[in-house]
Amino acid sequence: MDFTGRDVVSIRDLSKDEIIHILDHAAKMLPAAQGEKLSKVLNGKILATLFFEPSTRTRLSFESSMLRLGGMCMGFSDASGTSVVKGETLADTIRMAEAYADAIVLRHPHEGAAKLAADFSSKPVINAGDGAGQHPTQTLLDLFTIRTEKGDIADKNIVLVGDLKYGRTVHSLSYALSLFGASITCVAPPGLQMPPEIVSHMKQNGGKFNLSDSLESVIPGADVLYVTRIQKERFPDPEEYRKVEGAFRIDNALLANAKRSLIVMHPLPRVNEIAPEVDAGPHCRYFKQAFYGVPVRMALLSLILGKGGI
Amino acid sequence: MRDVKVTPIKNGTVIDHITPGMALNVLKIIGIPESGVHSTVSVLMHVPSQKVKWKDIVKVEDRELDKSQVDKIALIAPNASINIIRNYNVVEKHQVEAPTEVVGLVKCENPNCITNKPREPVTSRFSVVAHDPLRLKCHYCDRETVDIVKHLL
Repeated sequence: MDFTGRDVVSIRDLSKDEIIHILDHAAKMLPAAQGEKLSKVLNGKILATLFFEPSTRTRLSFESSMLRLGGMCMGFSDASGTSVVKGETLADTIRMAEAYADAIVLRHPHEGAAKLAADFSSKPVINAGDGAGQHPTQTLLDLFTIRTEKGDIADKNIVLVGDLKYGRTVHSLSYALSLFGASITCVAPPGLQMPPEIVSHMKQNGGKFNLSDSLESVIPGADVLYVTRIQKERFPDPEEYRKVEGAFRIDNALLANAKRSLIVMHPLPRVNEIAPEVDAGPHCRYFKQAFYGVPVRMALLSLILGKGGI
Repeated sequence: MRDVKVTPIKNGTVIDHITPGMALNVLKIIGIPESGVHSTVSVLMHVPSQKVKWKDIVKVEDRELDKSQVDKIALIAPNASINIIRNYNVVEKHQVEAPTEVVGLVKCENPNCITNKPREPVTSRFSVVAHDPLRLKCHYCDRETVDIVKHLL
C-alpha cells in the first residue's frame, strides 16, 4: 500500500483498508512517540505547518510528530505575521510553502481551503481542519483511541453527544465508525441533531444507527461516550446558541450507571461539558486521546514522506 | 388552445420546452434585457405542450447562444431544446444535455466556501448528485447547492 506523496483532505479519501494500515502503523510508532526510541525516518525533510486559525493540539502534535521522526518544521500559528495581511491569496501562500517544504499541513477558516491547496501544490497537503469542513487526522486518532483502548471498533456501542449539527469532528467520525461496523447513537439538544445527509451516508455504509435526546437512557449500554463542545463560533444565530448552551454535562453522577469499561472521549478543548471530577476517574480517556494524535500523525507523515519507515 | 400565434423569426434562436416558470431566468442567462439589443425577443409562458404538458418558449432574433449559456439553461430547464433558425428554417436542433460536472457556471451556496473568497484564483466546480431536482456537490467544500437559479454566475 503506497501513500507516498498523497494528499489527505478528507477521511473519505481513505478506504477502510488504508485506514487500518495507518492505524497499524501508528501502533508501531508508540515507542518513538513516547520518546523511548529514536527515529530518523524523516531526517532532512521539512514540514510546513500553516495555521490560519488557532490550535493547540493539532499544531503541536504535528510538530512533535515531525520532530520525533527526525524531520524539521516551519510555519506560522497566526496569519497576522504573514503576507496574508497584505492581501496575499491562499493559492500564492501555498505556492511559497511548496517551494520551501516537503509537505504542508494546513488549518484554514474557509471550507474547501485544503482541497484548493492540494490542487495548487505538487507537494502533499494534509488538512488540519478547514472551517466547519473536514479534519481527517482527528478522525484517525479517534479511531486509534477506540481501537487501542477497547481492542476493536466493530460492534462497539458508541454514543456521540453534543453539537452534532455543526461539529465537524462527529461528522467525519460517524462516517468512519459506520465503515467499521460500530453501533452509533446520536444524542443532541433540539436543533443540533446529526444532519440528514450524514445519517444517509452512515446508512449507505450499513451502519447501525439511533437518534436519542436522553443521555441517561443510553449511558448503561455504551462502550464509548464521545462528547463534543457546543461551539459558539459556529452558530449563525447567537439566540440559537443560548438555548442549547450547557444542555449536557458529563459528571460522576451521570456515569454512575455506566459500564466500568466505558471510556469517555472528547476532541478538546472542553468548556463545561465534562466536569473536572471525571478527569481522575476510570472512564477518562480524553487526555490520552490527545496524546494518540502523535503516533497517528507520525504514521501518516512516515507513510507520505518516508515510505513507511519507523 | 393548441395554436400559438407568434410570428416566425427569420434568423435567431428558439428555446423550446423550457420548464414552466423558467423563461425569465433563461432571459437572464442570455443577457436580456441589455442595452444595444435592436432585435425582437418573444417570451411565451405556460404554453400547453403535448410532450411535457406545460412549457415556456423564448425566441430571440439575430442571436445564437454560446456554449456557456446553453450549459446554464440545461441546469434550470433540463428538457429544453435549442433551435437555430436561419432564413426561416430550422438548421440545427438539439436537446440541452444533463451535465455530470458543472464548472464555472454556479456559485457555491456555502458563503464560507473558499471559492466564494474574493481574489482566490479558483473556478467553482460541482459534481451532480441528483438530476430531478438538480443537486450539486461542491468539489471544494463538499456542501450541496440546491437553489441553482439563485446561484447562477
